[in-house]
Amino acid sequence: MSNSIDQVFVHAKQWLLSSLTGSPGWVVQVASILINIFMLLAVFLTLFALISVLERKILARMQNRYGPNRVGPFGLFQPIADGIKMLIKEDIVPARADKIVHFLAPVLIAAVAILTLGVIPYGRNMTPFTIDGGILFFFAVGSATELAVFMAGWGSNNKFSMLGAMRAIAQMFSYELPLIITALPVVMVVGSLTPDRIVAAQAGYTFDLVPRWFVFTPWGAAAFVLFFVSGLVESNRTPFDVPEGESEIVAGHMTEYSGFKYATFFMAEYIGMFAVSGLAMTLFLGGWHAPARILEIIPSYVWFFVKLGSLLFVYIWVRGTLPRTRIDQMMNFAWKFMLPMAFTCVIAAAVWHYAGRGLRGWLWSFLVIAIVYTALSTLLDTGRKLAPRVYRFAE
Amino acid sequence: MAITVPRPKLNWRERSYLPAIVAGLAITFKHFKNMLLGRTKVTMQYPEQKWDSSLPDHYRGAPALVQDEDGRVRCVACQLCEFICPPRAIKIIPGEIPSADRFAKVEKYPEAFDIDMIRCIFCGMCEEVCPEQAIFLRKDYAITGFTRADMVHHKEKLLEIGGVMHGVVLKWNEKK
Ligand code: SF4
Ligand code: SF4
Repeated sequence: MSNSIDQVFVHAKQWLLSSLTGSPGWVVQVASILINIFMLLAVFLTLFALISVLERKILARMQNRYGPNRVGPFGLFQPIADGIKMLIKEDIVPARADKIVHFLAPVLIAAVAILTLGVIPYGRNMTPFTIDGGILFFFAVGSATELAVFMAGWGSNNKFSMLGAMRAIAQMFSYELPLIITALPVVMVVGSLTPDRIVAAQAGYTFDLVPRWFVFTPWGAAAFVLFFVSGLVESNRTPFDVPEGESEIVAGHMTEYSGFKYATFFMAEYIGMFAVSGLAMTLFLGGWHAPARILEIIPSYVWFFVKLGSLLFVYIWVRGTLPRTRIDQMMNFAWKFMLPMAFTCVIAAAVWHYAGRGLRGWLWSFLVIAIVYTALSTLLDTGRKLAPRVYRFAE
Repeated sequence: MAITVPRPKLNWRERSYLPAIVAGLAITFKHFKNMLLGRTKVTMQYPEQKWDSSLPDHYRGAPALVQDEDGRVRCVACQLCEFICPPRAIKIIPGEIPSADRFAKVEKYPEAFDIDMIRCIFCGMCEEVCPEQAIFLRKDYAITGFTRADMVHHKEKLLEIGGVMHGVVLKWNEKK
């Protein structure tokens, strides 16, 4: 019974395709791909609209306000109003801008963000595009975001855009490294780059109690935290929204964009956030697996979106809590702490594997991470003498 | 004299910044929870809820002309308010009261009395200076319009806002 609900979308798609029996193979294939693309866009654009209003409301509640509550019930139609507003706004292109690059940047950034969504398994048998090197594809395509951001900054011919783009490039490159390297231990342990195989490897429960997700191993927990922080940076979220820090450089690379192009940047940012969260879940949080055996009657895609929702809540929560970091602190953190820790995760995963994946492996890999963490924090604490803080004109 | 502020010595726990981040997350979550449970007092939702019933008596809203018990516009077009008004919001065209009128001895009345509400700063000088107690600041504050011309209150509008004022000086009755 539960199985039929679980597979309802897969069956629906097969039913749709069955009307094409008799036509040549490539027609069926193209139709199947089109259905996948349509579903992806429909689901994630709705989610984008929903999250854009929920984020404002949740953030408002953390700051003791109400947030948007005028348009429709509880302000839920706010995204529609915003969309109409964005559509009818004048689209200004600066006279000195590089018109083609200026136009292509939002197109590229949105396309890239949507492409990355394609390889994530959303439920049992529900990966839109099964690619052997899915993880590799994700990172390869995802890093084109940098190019789009730089195109936006360069094409606008504006100093704030340029500064923002430069900051974006700096931070994205430095955090792309830990992001990819923290995905490495999972790939090593599973022995596959296919997202489906990675999710399948996290099935089952230790002692019938704790799900066998990688986040419950020492190296997995550390890698998950590192991955999450790098993901925050990659999706330009507070506290790492340095490229578009309003108080310093207006809106960074988006300064010269208005109307629908601006909305496209916004959408790409959110979709990138969904994609990174989706990948984090696939790698560490067991993808669409239920957290307990009895809860498996709930369909797998529901679990996927429950987990996605909770991760997005954490994103918003962090945004509501932490102030923006300084760019130099951020770069120091990336190169001096995140990168060595990411490599440590790789080593810890290897130790875990060779020590027998049991309690012994658990302890050994925990030891490796603890030692490196302590050593790193001692080394990084330079004990630098800071100049005395003097108020010269105080009475 | 310059003051040197001592830098606090951080122990290793504080230097990892993690407790501070966790504490911050806890604070925002507490606010979130309290809001959801309706324990937080939030600002007034303006168009639905208004201060109107609790405005103090001395509230300075839109200036308005008042009539006395006999239905006479109390203003005698002396133009003192026009002169005192700091942003020059008031414009008065005085007219003469015909000798047949019951109040002929008042001599002047305002033929036109315009207050430009875009200019008015709700200072209350006009009310203070008026020798006839003819102009008062009422409690209307939501003054809106689609054009600049809409925002000028003519005599009718001023009288409508002002209404009738009872029991102030009655210096133009027949008895006096
Ligand atoms: S309240 Fe002040 S600004 Fe307004 S009309 Fe009277 S004197 Fe002029
Ligand atoms: S409102 Fe008062 S001050 Fe102004 S013109 Fe009339 S009588 Fe004079």
